[in-house]
Amino acid sequence: MLNYTIRRLLMLIPVLLGMTLIVFSIIHAIPGDPADVILGEKASNESKQALREQLKLDQPLYVQYGDYLAKLLTGDLGNSIRTRESIAEEIVPYLAATLELTAFSMIFAVVVGVNAGIFSAWKQNSWFDYTSMLIALIGVSMPIFWLGLMEQWLFALELKWLPSIGRMNPRDPVDSVTGLYLIDTLLAGRWDQFWTVLKHLILPSIALGTIPMAIIARMTRSSMLDVLRSDYIRTAKAKGISQLGVIYKHALRNAFIPVLTVIGLQFGLLLGGAVLTETIFAWPGIGRYIFDAISARDYPVIQSGILIIALIFVLINLLVDLLYAAVDPRISYK
Amino acid sequence: MGSNLLEIHNLHTHFVTERGVIPAVDGVDLIIRKGEIVGVVGESGCGKSVTSLSVMRLLPQPPGKYAGGEIRFKGEELIKAREKRMKQIRGNEISMIFQEPMTSLNPLLTIGEQIIETLRVHMPIGKKDATNRAIEMLKKVGIARAESIVRSYPHQLSGGMRQRVMIAIALCCEPELLIADEPTTALDVTIQAQILDLMKKLNRDMGTAIMMITHDLGVVAEICERVVVMYAGKVVEEGAVRDIFANPRHPYTQGLIRSIPKMDEEQSRLYSIPGQVPKPGSITEGCRFAPRCEHVMDICKSKLPELISGANPAHRSRCWLNTTQEVAN
Repeated sequence: MLNYTIRRLLMLIPVLLGMTLIVFSIIHAIPGDPADVILGEKASNESKQALREQLKLDQPLYVQYGDYLAKLLTGDLGNSIRTRESIAEEIVPYLAATLELTAFSMIFAVVVGVNAGIFSAWKQNSWFDYTSMLIALIGVSMPIFWLGLMEQWLFALELKWLPSIGRMNPRDPVDSVTGLYLIDTLLAGRWDQFWTVLKHLILPSIALGTIPMAIIARMTRSSMLDVLRSDYIRTAKAKGISQLGVIYKHALRNAFIPVLTVIGLQFGLLLGGAVLTETIFAWPGIGRYIFDAISARDYPVIQSGILIIALIFVLINLLVDLLYAAVDPRISYK
Repeated sequence: MGSNLLEIHNLHTHFVTERGVIPAVDGVDLIIRKGEIVGVVGESGCGKSVTSLSVMRLLPQPPGKYAGGEIRFKGEELIKAREKRMKQIRGNEISMIFQEPMTSLNPLLTIGEQIIETLRVHMPIGKKDATNRAIEMLKKVGIARAESIVRSYPHQLSGGMRQRVMIAIALCCEPELLIADEPTTALDVTIQAQILDLMKKLNRDMGTAIMMITHDLGVVAEICERVVVMYAGKVVEEGAVRDIFANPRHPYTQGLIRSIPKMDEEQSRLYSIPGQVPKPGSITEGCRFAPRCEHVMDICKSKLPELISGANPAHRSRCWLNTTQEVAN
């Protein structure tokens, strides 16, 4: 198990190296120039050229890539062209904001999706099954931005139940330690702030979590239907186990392995795909951070941001692979 | 002979499908007395498994449907029993083991967990006592190193071992009736004999009655006292194993016995009953076996014979041949 983990971690190196090359090439293929963005259209060619030289953008691409890699190997993500700040420091609060949002969305997606899937499979072809699978189908095909806007309109504007944008009350800022506000407010013992932060999380989490929720519900349902037909479920019933015991103890664990795969993949997708949600809900997350960097042609920020998302994505999927072994004794890694 | 443990009277179990109602079990009568081993024999699709699942009330409904008759266990009607009562009965008073030991155990739970679970559902017993009981039960079914096997997972055991574990689970609450649905079909011949010996021994030691569902008359000859032969959802012959082997009265039973390979006879080709079991739903009037029968008469095609006995009241068969003989005598 340990050997396997180490081998998988070592395999990260070529993956991430390839990732940097692809991202670097794509970014430089985008038309546009940081010097234009920073100095404005009306700046003189001389000053633009001077800035390019200062940022080493006049060097051949392979030299730029080599420099970038050399720095990366020492753990230096470089500095933002716009703010001149160290990216490694600047990115942390954005990353934390996104992690909090995606984690909360995934909890929503897994709790609702898995249970809806279980119940649909249990009561196959019932009205509940039809309704929830219809909702799941709508959920999969729902554009996030539209869902987000509708939520804001209904729950924030009309009903005034929940705040429409932001992470917290700007007049009562959270003392950030971890960057995860739910944890920060708890550490500070500020229950009122915790509640405010929680309320801010609800709408964006639903907007972001709806598609994974729908996918997880459909996956759980089909996996459960498979398992419920198996011989050991019949054995469990013949032993006199209650309906709930059969479903949760015997069927769900067996049905969970394919669902786990989907959860891992969706978690990764959410990390990178939160841009829309973050834009609609003015959520200061990494999606917004990278999006703004792309508009400003802030090359180092784009590269580092995408690299970090890729790293998290790969790590989550490694975690999922390791969890298989925890769930299923037949799987063991050597 | 003890008193009746299980009485099935005129049981009709149907499958309601889009293409119509299929009577998988069509008026079956069956009695199992305390402590006896009864074989239920027939080809695939004759309704023997459906009968057993009906007793356990484990038939998925829909498409399954109890269309009539009654199942009495120690006098208690099971078809009308509440689900809560059935849960108390399953695994505790009536247990069941299945054909596929490879897939009948939950792959994610240890052997111990699966035995302990059954014990704790049915009796107030602590975890530690239950574990000891599980180990004891594993020893009883002939598993060596029971202390380490309780912590093993099913995939670490062989097919024969798994079937022993299934038997241990089934018998851990000391049920009065064990329904064994082709328990040896998926096993190697040598393992088959061991499992049959084990079942016979447990029947003797614990007094558990066994309803042995099989298509293999060899199994019946090995361990059963009585046998019920089924064909297309109906009982066609029943009686003591001795009588049926010595003097099979229904042409179907005769065919089954003739299709057992014999070591002492030289045969170029093994006998097989011509034709196939009628497709469920395609059954017409008259005797169901008539289209395949060597002795078919006109009456067979129009009228279904009753299950009647001859000189020996315990040996009954459903064939016009026997009734006409009776009339002639």
